[in-house]
Amino acid sequence: MPIEATVNGRTVRFAGESDTPLLWALREELGLTGTKFGCGVAACGACTVHVDGAPVRSCSLPLAAAAGTVITTIEGLKSADGQLHPVQQAWIDQQVPQCGYCQSGQIMAAVALLQQTPQPSDEAIDAAMTNLCRCGTYPRIRAAIHAATGQAADAAAGAA
Amino acid sequence: MGIRRRAVLFGSLAVAGAGMFGLKWSGSRAMAEAKAATVRPGEGGFAAFLKIAPDDTITLYSPTIDFGQGAHTAQAQLVAEELGVDPARIVVAQAPALPGFANAGIIEGFGAEMVSPAFAHLPASVLGLVARAIPMQMTGGSSGVRYTGQIALRRAAAGARALLTAEAADRLGVPAAQIVLEDGRARHTGSGRALRLGELAEAAAQRRLWTEPTPGAARRGRAIGQSPLRQDIPGKVDGTAVYGIDVTLPDMRVATLVMAPVRGGKLEAVDTRPARAIAGVEKVIQLEDAVVVVARGYWPALKGVRALSPRFADGGHGGLNSPGIYAAQDALRRAGKPDKTAGEGDVAAALADPAARTVSADYRVPYLHHAMMEPFAVTAHRQGDRLDIWAGLQDPLLVRHMAAEVAGLPESAVTVHTTIMGGGFGRRFPAQCEVIGQAVRVASQCPWPVKLIWSREQEVQHGSYRAQASARLTAALRDGRITAMRTDYAQGDNVEGEVHFLYEVPATERRHFAFKTNQLDGPFRSVNANPFGYWTESFIDELAHAVGEDPYRFRRKHLAEGSRHVRVLDEAARRAGWGTPPPPGVGRGIALVESFGTIVAEVVEAALREDGYPRVQRVTAVVDCGTTVNPRNAEAQISGGIIQALSTAIAEEITLDQGAVVQSNFTDYPLLRLAEAPPRIDVHFIESGAPLGGIGEPGVPPATPALVNALFALTGKRVRTLPIRDQARA
Ligand code: FES
Ligand code: FES
Repeated sequence: MPIEATVNGRTVRFAGESDTPLLWALREELGLTGTKFGCGVAACGACTVHVDGAPVRSCSLPLAAAAGTVITTIEGLKSADGQLHPVQQAWIDQQVPQCGYCQSGQIMAAVALLQQTPQPSDEAIDAAMTNLCRCGTYPRIRAAIHAATGQAADAAAGAA
Repeated sequence: MGIRRRAVLFGSLAVAGAGMFGLKWSGSRAMAEAKAATVRPGEGGFAAFLKIAPDDTITLYSPTIDFGQGAHTAQAQLVAEELGVDPARIVVAQAPALPGFANAGIIEGFGAEMVSPAFAHLPASVLGLVARAIPMQMTGGSSGVRYTGQIALRRAAAGARALLTAEAADRLGVPAAQIVLEDGRARHTGSGRALRLGELAEAAAQRRLWTEPTPGAARRGRAIGQSPLRQDIPGKVDGTAVYGIDVTLPDMRVATLVMAPVRGGKLEAVDTRPARAIAGVEKVIQLEDAVVVVARGYWPALKGVRALSPRFADGGHGGLNSPGIYAAQDALRRAGKPDKTAGEGDVAAALADPAARTVSADYRVPYLHHAMMEPFAVTAHRQGDRLDIWAGLQDPLLVRHMAAEVAGLPESAVTVHTTIMGGGFGRRFPAQCEVIGQAVRVASQCPWPVKLIWSREQEVQHGSYRAQASARLTAALRDGRITAMRTDYAQGDNVEGEVHFLYEVPATERRHFAFKTNQLDGPFRSVNANPFGYWTESFIDELAHAVGEDPYRFRRKHLAEGSRHVRVLDEAARRAGWGTPPPPGVGRGIALVESFGTIVAEVVEAALREDGYPRVQRVTAVVDCGTTVNPRNAEAQISGGIIQALSTAIAEEITLDQGAVVQSNFTDYPLLRLAEAPPRIDVHFIESGAPLGGIGEPGVPPATPALVNALFALTGKRVRTLPIRDQARA
C-alpha cells in the first residue's frame, strides 16, 4: 500500500517499502538530495527535515511513520517567489559553510529553533543545535542564528 | 602521504629534462587535449588554466579540489590581482581530469621544499611537462594557494597578462609598456583608449610567449587581502550542490558493502541467498575482501548486507589490540635501532653532561578517524571499452590512473567527473581509497551505472587513520636553558615533513622507529605536525615548569630575538592577557607550532566540567602566513581547525581489539558539538609579508598542547596520553 505525505507543499505517494527511512525515500524516490546521509543512526543530524513542523532525523524515521505528515526539506525553505529563507540568507551573509555537507541539516535545525524561539539565547542555541559539523563551523552557525533572528522573527510573525 | 616519494621521483625526471624542452607555452599533445576540452572558437585559452570569452567572462579551471577550505576563491583573487579584474568576475570551475591540467604548482612548491631548492628555478614549462608525465592533480599539504595558486595559476595569469598586453599594444599601435590592465580592459595610459579583454583574448592566446612569465608578489592589493563571497556557498544553503553521494544517473543502481573486519583479511565464504531474497536487491558481488550488494536503492542494499553472514579470515592480524600496539612501540624504541635519524649537534654528549639535568616523558596518541561528514560514494559506469567515474577525491588524475589500471583500460578510456565533497581532511587521497577499485570492479560486473556508498560503520572501521604513536622525549637542562632535546617516536612510516623544531637548542635529534600494523596510516589534517606539535609543545611546558619558569617566557628565551616566531608568540600572549590571573576555575596554556610555512601560536583557557572532561572557554590564535589572501576564509580555516583539534584531543580514539576496530559510528566515536565548542575564538593575523604559508592545516597543531598545558596550569596534572577525557580531574 503506497504511503502518502505532503512534501514541500506537494502531495506525494511513496512506492518504497514501509520500513524505508524517510531520508532515502526523499533522496532516491523524489530526487531531493539536499537532505544528507551522515550516520544512519540519528547521531549527526545531516538528514534533518521538518515533519509536521518539528525537526526530525529522517534517517531514522520509517516511511510508515511519515504517512499523512507534512514534510519540509531544505529544497522547500525558499518562498514561492524563490526568495531565500532569512536563515539561508544569514548563512550566506556570515559565510557559514565550509564543505557544506552538514549545512542542510544545520539550517533545518536552526529554522525549527527560530519557529519555537524567535530570539534564542546562547543556551537555547546550545540545546537545540546538536548537529555535528566536522569542519568546525559552529561559531559562524551561532553568529548566523543571532543575525537571522530579527528577520526570522518578522517572517514568523508575518506567517502567523 | 606519498608526496615525498613522488617528489623524489619527479625530482630526477625534471632535472633530466631541464635542458631539453626549453620554454613552450603550448603545443604539446596534452595541452591541445586540454584546450579542446574547454576552449570554444572565439575564446582565448591560456596555459589551460585560464579562459577568456568574448563576453569578458573569465574562467579559471582549478586543478585544486575545494572541499570548503576556500581555495578556489583565493585562487580567483590571485588571478584577479594579476589581470586587474574584480575577483567576483572570475568563474572558478573544476579542471577536467586531463594531464594538461596537472598541478605543476604543487610539484614545484613541494619539490623546492622537499627535494631541492633548485626546483624553484626550473622553467615552468619543464615543471608542467613533469606534472603531466605523472598523473597529479593533488590537493593537500595546505598548498592550494601558496603553491598551486601562487605558482601555477598566477603564472598562467601573468602569461595571459603579457599576451593580452602585447595584442592590445599592436592593435592600438603603441608600445606594450604603455598598456595597463585594469577593470577588465587593456588601456593605453597616454590616450586612454582601451580594449576589452574579451575582444583581445582569442588573438592574444595565439601569440607566442618568448619569456617566462613573472607573476607579481602576493601582496595586499585590490583583490588580495579582500574577502569576496565564496561562489560555492549558495548551492550549499539551498540543497542544490551536488556531492559525490548525490550523483544520480538514468537506470543507476545503488550499492553498499561489508569489508573484512580485520584489515588485511580475505573473504572466505558467503551465502548470498539471504541478500538476494530481499526486495530490491539485484546482485551480490564478492570481492577479495568484501561483499557488495547492488540494489535499487541504498536501503535495500543495506538490508541485503545486513542479511549476510560472510566469513572473513583475519590475515594473521587477529591478535592485535591497542594496548598491545603501545607496548610493542615502546619495546621497539627501547631496542634502540631507529630507521631514520635527523637533527643536529651532539645530543648524546649534552645528555651525558654531569652539570645538566635530564628530564624525560612518554607520550601516546591513538588512531584517529577523519570523520568527513560525507561517507565515500563513488559512481562508476562501464560501457564496453569506456569507463566513467563520478567521485570527489583529492587527486582526480590519480583516480583516473587507478581506475584505468583496475579496469584494464588505457587512461584515455576513463573519464573522471569530479564532484564537490563533504570534507576530506586527508581521507580522500586516492592511493588510500579502496572505494575506487571497489566501484570499478562492481561496475564491471553490472550493466548499469552503480553508486557505491560506504555506510558510516564501514567508514569508521576502515579508515586511513592518523597513526597511533608512542614517543619518548628527553631533554638536558642547564642554567635554565635546554641544551639538548631528543624525540624517539614509533609509528607507521609517515611523512617526516612538517616537523619544525623552532627553538634555539644546540643539539636536537629525532629518531623514527618504523612500526607496522595491519592498519592504513594516512595523512590527517596537519599530518606529522599534529602529533609532533602535541608532544613537543607539551614537553616544552614540562621543561619550563622543571626550571620554575613561566611557559611563555621560557619559550621566548629559546627563540631568536626579532624572529617571526617571537612576534607571533608575543602577540598571542598579549591578546590573551597572559600574565593576568585567569577567571576562577580556569587554566591558561600556550603553544607555538610552525607547519606548512605558517607560524601559529594559540592560548587556550579551559575549565573542567563536572564529569572531569575539559571545557574550553576561549582560544586566542595569532597567525603569520605571510600575507592573508582572504582574511574571512583564513579565519574560518584557523577556527575550524582549532575546533577539530580540540574534538580529537578531548574524546576521539579508534581502538583495535582482536585486530578489528571497536568503534562503529558517532555514538561511540563522539565529535565535538556546538555546545562544547569554545564560545570565544579570536584569530589575529600578522601581515609579515613573508612567503605565503598554508592556511588549511596550521591552525590544528597548537590547539591540543595549549589545552593540555592549560589543564596542567589548572590541576597540576599532565596529560601524556590522548584523548584527554577526564584524566585532568583532580
Ligand atoms: S544521517 Fe541521520 S542523523 Fe546522521
Ligand atoms: S561544513 Fe563541513 S561538516 Fe559542516
